[in-house]
Amino acid sequence: MKKLTVLIVAIIVAIGLSACDSGEETIKIGVIGPLSGADSLYGVAVERGAKLAAKEINEAGGLFDKDFEVIAYDSKGQPDEGVNVYNRLVDQDEVDAIVGGTFSGVTLAIKDLAVQEGIPVLTPTATHPDVTLDADNIFRACYTDSYQGEVAAQFAIETLEATKAAVFYNIDDAYSEGLALAFIDAYEAAELTIDDYTFNANTDDYSAVLTTIQSGDYDVVFVPAYVASVGAILTQAATIDFGETIFMGGDGWDGIEGDYADVAEGFYFVNHYAKTDPAQNVQDFVANFTAEYGVAPNALAALAYDAVYALHAAFEDAGSTDRAAVIAALADLSYADAVTGAIAFDANGDPLKAITVIQVVEGTHVVIDKVQGS
Amino acid sequence: MDYVFKQLINALNTGSIYALVAIGYTMVYGIIRLINFAHGDVMMFGAYFAFIFATSLPFSDTAGGVILIMLLSMAAAAIMGVLIEKIAYKRLRRAPRISALITAIGMSLFLQNLALLIFKAEPKVMPALVPKTRVDFFGLDIPVLTLYTFGFSVLFMVLLTLFVRKTRPGKAMRAVSQDQDAARLMGINVNSVISLTFALGSALGALGGVFYSLSYSQVYPTLGVMPGLKAFVAAVLGGIGNIGGAMLGGYLIGLLETVTNGFLSIVWKEATRWTDAFVFAVLIFVLLFKPSGILGKHVKEKV
Repeated sequence: MKKLTVLIVAIIVAIGLSACDSGEETIKIGVIGPLSGADSLYGVAVERGAKLAAKEINEAGGLFDKDFEVIAYDSKGQPDEGVNVYNRLVDQDEVDAIVGGTFSGVTLAIKDLAVQEGIPVLTPTATHPDVTLDADNIFRACYTDSYQGEVAAQFAIETLEATKAAVFYNIDDAYSEGLALAFIDAYEAAELTIDDYTFNANTDDYSAVLTTIQSGDYDVVFVPAYVASVGAILTQAATIDFGETIFMGGDGWDGIEGDYADVAEGFYFVNHYAKTDPAQNVQDFVANFTAEYGVAPNALAALAYDAVYALHAAFEDAGSTDRAAVIAALADLSYADAVTGAIAFDANGDPLKAITVIQVVEGTHVVIDKVQGS
Repeated sequence: MDYVFKQLINALNTGSIYALVAIGYTMVYGIIRLINFAHGDVMMFGAYFAFIFATSLPFSDTAGGVILIMLLSMAAAAIMGVLIEKIAYKRLRRAPRISALITAIGMSLFLQNLALLIFKAEPKVMPALVPKTRVDFFGLDIPVLTLYTFGFSVLFMVLLTLFVRKTRPGKAMRAVSQDQDAARLMGINVNSVISLTFALGSALGALGGVFYSLSYSQVYPTLGVMPGLKAFVAAVLGGIGNIGGAMLGGYLIGLLETVTNGFLSIVWKEATRWTDAFVFAVLIFVLLFKPSGILGKHVKEKV
């Protein structure tokens, strides 16, 4: 009997303690991204970028005498799983703001819920145009697919002087299609030749379509897709003699130099920032990130890092973590120190910022151009 | 003309892989009347074995190294195939066929998750063991990789055919496939014949996996699912249980995919979306109109 009493008391104390523990005040930021699976490269980068920013903020004393706490959950890159982890973040962890989802598809899936509940959402990397449309509480730290595709086309036309181009995109992916359509629009507006080709998400064999593309003798082939697909595509393209044809891509190419440096050599992609950018804040970020995780940050890590700092600035402007006040503060935000370029949002919640054109040269990024959006 | 030729080369490359994998399905079905759905995953493990050997052996990018990696991966997969049969299927030999089929699906999921556990989900990049160049082969311009894939596939298919037709173990295999009980009464060790069948089928499946990963540069836990299913379609198309049929079916499926992606897509943009649908439509049509397949014999059900 005595033992039982001791046990019960112990349990009550334990529950009490854990309740105290969770009651301890922190400013909670939820992160949603693919932390496992083929695309974990992206989610893990976002998680690391966000956590690094939180760590720096906490070392500088936090905000309102509270520490920042980053809670990251795995969306597996799937919209339905994204909704599950969103609910967990909002209902169970009661986060103050969300940095996510990493993918456009996932972010679109949680959009309606977030709008209903009025949660401040600052997605670091979802580039699909619809993400911020008709949603006062949703912002993004990156530029949109259409802007990205447009700038890529502009670069192909003006700098590469490509009069005949092809687009090869993933029909199952909103991001890939978004970039492709903008690229096509820009080419059609310039009255130049443009053809489109597609592939499926669950294919590994691109050889037949690549052979068709090769026979078209294009100046530029634009492949807006993620590294896993792009790597396989470029590898298979290498066995087909593409001659002088230049392959190009969007920010999904970030990291291509890791495993596919030889097949991506000399090709271009547009990105949010270049880790080789000499600007002081960029180099500090790259140094701190590398010291923390042992690898250089990609653009997604940089965007997540900026997103947490932008939220920090918005909390500061709002003077609290009250959701409505934070959303209003985000709308008026001007955060100049961002490593991916100064962040200020337009009426939709999209940032107006410069875009970087990068060439893959001997396994590193070389900044070719920076284009400011209008 | 050059374009048609290039696409035919692509068809030979994918077709060879499907043919190799289809042989495993058809051999196992021929012997124990089991559709071994774990076969695609043995193919996947074959690719992982090749990845492990390619990244650990020092001389892996020499021609001899590539052949050694192929043989080692095939041997490892053969052992794996035999173990799968001993552990999962042997006890169910007298059980209803549906039980064995469900076990095979379970084994397939088990192998995928095992690979996920060991190798993690992130795709591994297969080292380019074969140069990405093209060679002049009797006046034809062919990628070196396709030469390897097609050449070794045909070589091993010829060896297998000779083995089944000309050797005593091959004769025993044919006997067991006709009537297991009668074969046992004739003094044939049925257990070792079944093991041998799994070993050969798995080894060829693994070879398909090796070429798949070399052609498409990545290895990941679900790699075997789609090519496995398509190879199954190939086996049914050729006539399940018939080794020559599996080879023919494999090349026909490879050709169908290439025609869809490379020719039909020129006149009809959406065609690439329908490639997989066409392949599985073949399965439906074969089962509806000629269940015995192209080379299969029509077997009357005994009463």
